[in-house]
Amino acid sequence: MNDKSIKQNSLLIVDDELVVRDSLSKWFKQDGYRVDTAEDASHAIKKMNDGPWNVILLDIKMPGMSGLELQKRLREIDPSISTIMITAFASVESAVQALKEGAFDYVTKPVDPDHLSHLVANALRQKKLAEENAQLHEHISEMAQGDEIVGNSPQMKKVIELAKTVAQTDTTVMIRGESGSGKELIARAIHVNSPRRYFPIIAVNCGAVPETLLESELFGHEKGAFTGAQYRRKGKFEMADGGTIFLDEIGTISQKMQVQLLRVIESKQFTRVGGNEVIHSDFRIICATNRDLEEAVKEGTFREDLYYRLNVFAVFIPPIRERRTDIPLLVQHFLKKYSAVMNKPINEVTPDTMDLLVRYDWPGNVRELENVIERAMVLAKPPAIRPDDLPFQLGVNHHVPTDDSIASVEKAHIEAILAKSGWNITRSAEILSIDRVTLYNKIAKYGLIKP
Amino acid sequence: MPSILVVPVQPCDNDSVSALVSPLETIFRFPASIDATKAIDPSFAFDVYRNQFNSTALISAFIQRFKGLRGKIIGVTSVDLFVPVLTYVFGEAQLDGPFAVVSAHRLDDTLYGLPANPTLLHERLVKEAVHELGHTFGLLHCLDYRCVMHSSTAVEDIDVKSENFCRSCEALLRTHALQ
Repeated sequence: MNDKSIKQNSLLIVDDELVVRDSLSKWFKQDGYRVDTAEDASHAIKKMNDGPWNVILLDIKMPGMSGLELQKRLREIDPSISTIMITAFASVESAVQALKEGAFDYVTKPVDPDHLSHLVANALRQKKLAEENAQLHEHISEMAQGDEIVGNSPQMKKVIELAKTVAQTDTTVMIRGESGSGKELIARAIHVNSPRRYFPIIAVNCGAVPETLLESELFGHEKGAFTGAQYRRKGKFEMADGGTIFLDEIGTISQKMQVQLLRVIESKQFTRVGGNEVIHSDFRIICATNRDLEEAVKEGTFREDLYYRLNVFAVFIPPIRERRTDIPLLVQHFLKKYSAVMNKPINEVTPDTMDLLVRYDWPGNVRELENVIERAMVLAKPPAIRPDDLPFQLGVNHHVPTDDSIASVEKAHIEAILAKSGWNITRSAEILSIDRVTLYNKIAKYGLIKP
Repeated sequence: MPSILVVPVQPCDNDSVSALVSPLETIFRFPASIDATKAIDPSFAFDVYRNQFNSTALISAFIQRFKGLRGKIIGVTSVDLFVPVLTYVFGEAQLDGPFAVVSAHRLDDTLYGLPANPTLLHERLVKEAVHELGHTFGLLHCLDYRCVMHSSTAVEDIDVKSENFCRSCEALLRTHALQ
C-alpha cells in the first residue's frame, strides 16, 4: 500500500533560503507529496498557476514582500489554501498576526520533524474537512431544490424562466393560479434559487388560520397576551428572518390584517401581540392566491395599496387543462415518485390510460393528478397502470360499446361487470343473472382477456 | 543486479556497522559489503551552533568521494544528524539516487533515559538503513504501518514497523532494481 496509490497531496514551499527549500522538498517528496518551491513572493504567485496547492509553507522573513503580506495575496488568488508559517525569528506579534490572517499554524526553524509531519497532516485534514463541508453544503442545496417542477409546455417554460429571474432579487412575488396548480412549489423554487436559500422559507396558509389567531401566527405573542398564551411565541415573520415568508391564500385576510401587513411590509418591523419590543426581521415576501384580487380591490374588500405592494412581480401558473402536453410528463414524474415510495415495479401507463388522463379536465390540477396516480399505483398490478385502476370519473367511459349492435353492447357490459368484480366469475355471473358456463362462453366468444 | 556498500562514518560502532551487512543482504537479496577503508571523517559537516552534523553536507561529500562507483552506498554513523530546517533526522537519502546516510545516535535507548538495549538498537539501525536505502530505490513513504517504508519521525514509530517491505513496496523495489 504505497502512498502513490492514493490521490497525491500537493505542497508549495516558499522560502528565500535554498537549503531550506531543498531539505523540506526532499522531506515531503519522500512522503509522497507533489512538491514545488518558490524563492520569493513573485515566484510563489506565479506558482499558483501550477496549483491547486493543498498546503503552502511560507517563510515570514523574505526579501521584498514578507510572508505575511504574501499570505494575504495568495488568499486573494485561492481563498481555500492552508498556510503554515515558518520562520527563524519567532516573535509573538508576527505569530499572532499570521494566525489572525488565517494561517493554519506557525512554527519556528528548526522544526521538530515529528511536529512538522503532524502539522501538515492536520492542515490537510482540516482542508479536506472544509472541502467536504462545502460539497455537502452544495449537495444539501441540490436536495433543497425540493420537488421538481415538471413541465415542458411553452407556458410552463415561461413560468420557470420568470421564477428563475425573480429569484435572484428581493422583489415581492405574487403567484396566481388555480387551486392545486403548484403555487407553493413555485414559491419554494424561487426561494431555493435565491441568495436567501440557507435561511428558511416559512409558509403560512392565511385561509386556513382563523382570523383571530392569524395575527399571533404572523407576529407572535408575549406571554399572557391573551387567555391561554402561557409562553412567548415567535411569529412567522420573525422566523423568516433572513429567509422568505410565503403567504398562501392572501386574498382571504381581513381588512384589519391587511393594514397590519402593509405596515410590516413597508417597515420590516413589528411588535408581538401584547408586547412593546420592536422586532426587526429581514424577509422576502412571496404570496399566492387563486382569487380575483383586482375584482376584490374594485369591490373594496382588498386594500388597493396592499395590492400594489404585493403585486410587484406576478407569476401566473396556467391550469393543466391549458397545457395538456405536460400531462404525460407529470404522469411519468408521479409514477417514478410513487413506484419508489411504494416499492412497486410500475413504470408505465397503458396508452389507453394515458389517453384518458390527457383528455380529462383536471379541475383539481396537478394535485388531483398526483392523487389519481397515487391511488392507481395502489391498485395497479405491475408493470403498468390500466384504465380500470383509475377512479370512476376517469375510467367510466372505458367499457363503451363500439357500435349500437346487441353484441357490442353485451360485450362492453360484460367487460365492465368483470372489471368491477375484479374478474370474479361467480360474482359477475350473479350480477349478470347468467350461469358461470354461459359467462365463460361469452368471454370466449368476445375474446375478453383478464388483465 | 545492484549492490549495496556500507561505509562507516566516524565515530561509529564498527561492530554494529558490520552487523548490518547480513540483514541487508537478506532483505534486499542483493550483494552487500562493507568497506572500512573508505570511512569518512564527518567533521566538515559539524555545525557548532547546533552541535549536530549536517546530513545533506555528508551526502554531498559522498557524491564527491564515490564518483563513478556503481550500486547503492550507505554511510552509517553514531553522530547526531540534522537537515537545516529540521531539529534532527534519523537519516537522509537521495530519492532514486545512489547515496544514503543513517545515524544510530537517536536510536539508542540510553538517550531517552532507558537502560542500554543493544538488540533493540541493532533492530532499529537495520530498519532505518533499509528505509533510507529503500528511498534510493525510488520508494516513497508507505501507509502500511508494518512496512519498513512507513515514515518514522519518532523512535517509537520505528519499533512498530517491521524490517521488511510490504508486498507493494517489495514489488516496486524489484521493478526498480530491474531497470
